[in-house]
Amino acid sequence: MDKSKVILCRCEDISLDELSQKMEEGYTTFEDLKRILRVGMGPCQANTCAHLIQKELAQFLNKDMSEVSVHKVRPLTLGVTLNQLANGDQNED
Amino acid sequence: MKTNVLIIGGGISGLSIAYNLAIRGVQDIVVVDKSYFCGGDTGRCGAGVRQQWATKTNCMLAKRSIDFFEKAKDILGYEGNLEFKQEGYLILASSEKEAAQFKQNVALQNECGIPSRVVSKKEALQIVPHLNPEAFISATFCPTDGHLNPFKMSEAYMLAAKRLGVSFHFYEEVLDIDKEGDRITRVITNKATYEVNQVVNAAGGYSHEVGLLAGIDIPVYSEKHEILATEPVAKMQGPMVMSFSHNIYCQQVPHGAFLMGRSDPDVPHDHDIESSWQFLEAMAKTVTHILPPLGQLRVVRQWAGHYNMSLDRQPILGGVAEVSNLYLACGFSGHGFMFAPITGEIVADIMCGLTPFMDVSELSSERFKEKQDFIIEKSVV
Ligand SMILES: Cc1cc2nc3c(=O)[nH]c(=O)nc-3n(C[C@H](O)[C@H](O)[C@H](O)COP(=O)(O)OP(=O)(O)OC[C@H]3O[C@@H](n4cnc5c(N)ncnc54)[C@H](O)[C@@H]3O)c2cc1C
Repeated sequence: MDKSKVILCRCEDISLDELSQKMEEGYTTFEDLKRILRVGMGPCQANTCAHLIQKELAQFLNKDMSEVSVHKVRPLTLGVTLNQLANGDQNED
Repeated sequence: MKTNVLIIGGGISGLSIAYNLAIRGVQDIVVVDKSYFCGGDTGRCGAGVRQQWATKTNCMLAKRSIDFFEKAKDILGYEGNLEFKQEGYLILASSEKEAAQFKQNVALQNECGIPSRVVSKKEALQIVPHLNPEAFISATFCPTDGHLNPFKMSEAYMLAAKRLGVSFHFYEEVLDIDKEGDRITRVITNKATYEVNQVVNAAGGYSHEVGLLAGIDIPVYSEKHEILATEPVAKMQGPMVMSFSHNIYCQQVPHGAFLMGRSDPDVPHDHDIESSWQFLEAMAKTVTHILPPLGQLRVVRQWAGHYNMSLDRQPILGGVAEVSNLYLACGFSGHGFMFAPITGEIVADIMCGLTPFMDVSELSSERFKEKQDFIIEKSVV
């Protein structure tokens, strides 16, 4: 398997190869990896990559997946435009 | 465990101090941080770097820091990309009063060697064409202000410091500090006890609490500041756009996303950093008024961090009268990222008994004891 062709984070275009390299450098929590690689910061907010990276971390650290925590879920759940937000109160009674 | 220097806090301030001590030849430095890498306010900030300030002290600190950022990649030997962008800050004046104040600020900035200037509405609209012309009357612009990626800048300092022998311990929290007379003898964490010669309090939003452990009451408090990021789009805005009266800062980072924030004047002084819908609504109203086309962008994420506020909105750097081997780097009042290079330089100089490049009595916590009529920095969002 060519690790550089396996894309883990589609929003930020991060490959398994890049992830492995950063784990080797000592960034071994999701929060670390998020800051260094931007995984989980794109439009899907880690909905796609979180469990993939969790699995890779678990393997790397020789831990159970349940012991590896992932990202903090931040608002918003879905992208909302600034116009919708600015005018939102006009739809309320 | 014996340690020469223990630095509490591995944010950008602690990192820069560690690096600066190490290049001055100081050995045996340990940095402890209760969180993960960039878990404090450094990992939460807008990471704008500007020199357009209203007090001489802040102008001098900012100018020297920008001089460093321009060469940081080489000086620190960083292989990654700091994403340093120097496309200026455009600061909007929306009243004659504000415009007059900005004219004075620019004169002071020019005196300090900062290349800022007053620009007409017409010129401002050339620099940022999508500005609402109704929202301001004139502006000031400094082309060498800009932005860096805060995670990369922090990593650059950390890797350089590691190469010089500094140790970093994340997930290690300082719980207690022992003193004999006016000296700190031991620092106790959840993992170890350190016998220390010198201690640095660079604990950001928690610097007041760490001060209390050492028996001092540092005149700082923390308050929540919120921020959001949009989806990335093709480049459309060079400079950071800022307005104090409209209460907004907004920039497009090299990655393509827009970052924007504003202050809540009624925010309590505490450690709450949860996101609120009130911010989202107020922010959206403000930005769609000042920069209307941004209304089409989707918000993908919001978060918050602390501003650690001092009484005059200028940092507190250096030693304290009550504890002879404790040094402070706190009270950055929302601009500690851009001051990090100079924070490290000044604190390391003081700790090594060297003479810093400027008179540091202005920065010492003692300034609040001597007088009540400080010069307060007003150019803050
Ligand atoms: C929304 C927002 C936007 C901002 N925008 C900008 C900007 O555009 N430009 C700018 O210059 N600044 C900006 N700032 C301010 C900037 O983030 C801070 O001034 C700066 O990051 C402070 O760095 P620091 O190292 O002093 O603090 P931090 O980065 O908070 O580091 C302090 C560290 O101390 C650790 N710590 C605390 N207590 C303990 C303990 N007991 N034991 C061990 N460790 C401990 C924490 O975990 C933390 O990592 C912004 C801040 C916010 C919140």
